[in-house]
Amino acid sequence: MVSDLMIKLKKSDLEKIIDHAQNCLPNEACGLIAGIENNGVREIKEVYLLTNIDQSNEHFSLDPKEQLAAIKDMRSKGLTPLGNWHSHPESPSRPSDEDKRLAFDSKASYMILSLMERGKPVLNSFRITGKDPKTAEKEQLVIEE
Amino acid sequence: MQITIAGEKKEVKDNITVAELIVLENVETPEYVTVTVNDDFIDSDKLSSTVLKAGDSVEFLYFMGGGSVERV
Repeated sequence: MVSDLMIKLKKSDLEKIIDHAQNCLPNEACGLIAGIENNGVREIKEVYLLTNIDQSNEHFSLDPKEQLAAIKDMRSKGLTPLGNWHSHPESPSRPSDEDKRLAFDSKASYMILSLMERGKPVLNSFRITGKDPKTAEKEQLVIEE
Repeated sequence: MQITIAGEKKEVKDNITVAELIVLENVETPEYVTVTVNDDFIDSDKLSSTVLKAGDSVEFLYFMGGGSVERV
């Protein structure tokens, strides 16, 4: 079944995410996404590269100070916080149990970049909803030139 | 008095504490929320003793994290 949820990302922003995630290897990389939403279609206008304060290849936490600065920057630009992104250096592009456990915003888009296959990064975006168990629904991710 | 919450100006009662504001704003899973007042991070054990004043700017930051390894 094709999801009704659509999210658009510029190719240059995709490359920005991939470059940052590769530079952060072997650790997970992370950040925030912001943009606009019209009729349920999300368009990412700004990608934020944040520090993974866990400095781990199997876990990430956003730096709260950088998170605050990013939120204020989004607000100053009239953008809406749309969610976050992080990388999986050695596992597929889908939410792990830990990703689901720590997903507290059912309206957020959770983007996951897999780098498990070198040279073939895979990015997917999900909404994570419900309780016990939480479920992940894949969004239609459209990469635009 | 008027304060700013997540960029929006709102009227709240005088001398409201951060803990009371968390309830008033229906903040979900507050144990995973970090609060800032005028860009200062408030320790979780100070939420009930931190009294807001007119003009303060409050942000609720949800913890954002995860992990790629499945926990067994």
